[in-house]
Amino acid sequence: MPRVSYTAPTSIDDAVKALAASAGVAKALSGGTDLLVQLKSGRVRPEVIVDTKRIPGLIGIREEGDKFVIGAATPGIMISADERLTRAYPGIVEGVDLIGSTQIQGRCSIAGNLCNASPAADSVPPVIAARATAVVVGPNGRREVPVENIVTGPGQTSLQKGEFVVEFRIPKPLPRQSDAYLRFIPRTEMDIAVVGCAVNVVLDAGGTCTEARVVLGAVAPTQVIVEEAAQALIGHKLDDDTLKRLDSAARAACRPISDKRGTIEYRIKVAGVLARRAAAIAFDRAASRA
Amino acid sequence: MSKHHVSSVINGEPVEFLCEPQQTLLDCLRDELHLTGSKEGCGSGDCGACTVIVDGNIVCSCLMLGVEAEGRTVLTVEGVAEGEKLHPVQQKFLEHAALQCGFCTPGFIVAAKALLDENKNPTEEETRYWLAGNLCRCTGYDKIVRAVLDAAAVMRGENPPSPAT
Ligand SMILES: Cc1cc2nc3c(=O)[nH]c(=O)nc-3n(C[C@H](O)[C@H](O)[C@H](O)COP(=O)(O)OP(=O)(O)OC[C@H]3O[C@@H](n4cnc5c(N)ncnc54)[C@H](O)[C@@H]3O)c2cc1C
Ligand code: FES
Ligand code: FES
Repeated sequence: MPRVSYTAPTSIDDAVKALAASAGVAKALSGGTDLLVQLKSGRVRPEVIVDTKRIPGLIGIREEGDKFVIGAATPGIMISADERLTRAYPGIVEGVDLIGSTQIQGRCSIAGNLCNASPAADSVPPVIAARATAVVVGPNGRREVPVENIVTGPGQTSLQKGEFVVEFRIPKPLPRQSDAYLRFIPRTEMDIAVVGCAVNVVLDAGGTCTEARVVLGAVAPTQVIVEEAAQALIGHKLDDDTLKRLDSAARAACRPISDKRGTIEYRIKVAGVLARRAAAIAFDRAASRA
Repeated sequence: MSKHHVSSVINGEPVEFLCEPQQTLLDCLRDELHLTGSKEGCGSGDCGACTVIVDGNIVCSCLMLGVEAEGRTVLTVEGVAEGEKLHPVQQKFLEHAALQCGFCTPGFIVAAKALLDENKNPTEEETRYWLAGNLCRCTGYDKIVRAVLDAAAVMRGENPPSPAT
C-alpha cells in the first residue's frame, strides 16, 4: 500500500484538527472494510488516516430521552446484539446485518457504510426510513443533519473538509411503528444489492397506516425516499389495491443502471416486488407492537 | 514516515512490534512477527484466509491496520491449540479430512473456534452462514461443516463417532 500517516485521537476536537490540518486528502477510519480495500487498490490516496474508534462515544449505543444514539463507528456485531434496537427497529438491524460476512460484521459501521456513499449500502435505507439524523462535527462546530442529506452521489458526500460523523440519532418508535429492510441479491450471502428497500410505518389502533417512509437503494445514484410510495400507504390498510399502488410508485422512482447483477428493467421490477414484501413485514411488525 | 510502536497481546503473550502505518495487521503478523499461519488469499475481505480474533470478534486481518492493534488482544491460528493439544475443531478437521491444499484452513479454524465459543450447539444452517466469509477452493465445504458440527458435539461432552475414512 502507498505510504500514509495514521493518528488515533482520543477527542473529537483532536480528530477535527487532524482531519482539517492535512494539506492532502484526510480520511476518517471506522471499520476500514471499505477504506482499506480502496487504499490497497489506489482508489483513494489519503495523506492521513484518522482512526475515530478511540474517541469516547464513537463505539456504543445509548438512549437519550426519546432518541437512540448510535456511535458512528459502532460495529455491526454490536448493533445486532442490542436488544433495544432489535425490538425498536428490526429493519435497521436487518440492513446492518446484511453487510458482508461475520468477519466484516466485526468491524463495519453505519458511518462507513453511509460515507462510502455506495448506492447499494445496505444499512442506509432503513436508517433514512427511521428519520435518523447524523451529528457532524468539523472546524465550524457541530451540525445535525438528516441522514439523507449526507450522500450526494456515488462516492460523494456533503461533508466538508475536516468534518466527520460522530453519531446517529434515531427517534424512538411510536407504539405501533415498525420497519423492515429487504435486499435482493442473486445468491443467499455475500453479494451486493441489486435492489434494497426499507419501509417504516406507523399504524393506528385499527391497523390503518398514519405515517410511512419508503426508501430504495441501488436503483439510483443515491438512496431514494419515495414520497409517492409513502402516500400510497398512508390512510390505508395493506389491501391489494394499496399494494398495487405501492408497487407502481416504487417502480416509478427507479433510475437504475444495468450491470452484471441486473438490467434496468429487472431492477425496476424487483423494486416494486421488494416494496410490497417489505411493507407486508413492516405492517405485521407494527401491528404486533401494539 | 516514522514507524509506529505497537503493544498488543497476541496468543496470550504481550508482544511489541514496529510497523509502518499502511501495513495491515496481516502484514505485521506475517512479516514482523513471523506468525505465518494467517494467509493472504485476496487481501480484500472476501476469502477469510486471514481471519483472526480481535477482542473476541473475528475480523479479516487484511482489512485492519497493524497500528489499530495497539492495546488489543489478538488470537491467530497459532494460538488455537493448547501446546501440543489440538483444539477439537483442529482434531475434527484432521479426522474428516476437511482440507485439501490447506490454504483456507487457518481461517476456517479460527472462524469455527469463534463460532463455538459463543454458540455451543449451532445448527448446520447457522454454521454455514457464520462461515460464509471463508472461501475454500478445494473441499466443497461439506467436510468442513461436518467437522465443525462434530467439534461442537465434542465440546458439549458428547462423543460423535469418527467419520469412516
Ligand atoms: C467482503 C466484503 C463484503 C461487503 N458486503 C457488503 C454488503 O453486503 N453490503 C454493504 O452495504 N456493504 C458491504 N461491504 C462494504 C463495507 O463493509 C460497508 O460499506 C461498511 O459498512 C463500511 O464501514 P466501515 O466502518 O468499515 O467503513 P470504513 O472503511 O472505515 O470507511 C468507509 C468510508 O467512510 C468514511 N468514514 C468512515 N467513518 C466516517 C465518519 N465517522 N465520518 C465520516 N466519514 C467516515 C471513510 O473515510 C471511508 O471513505 C462489504 C465489504 C467487504 C470487504
Ligand atoms: S486475505 Fe483477508 S479476506 Fe482474503
Ligand atoms: S483446502 Fe484448498 S482452499 Fe480450502
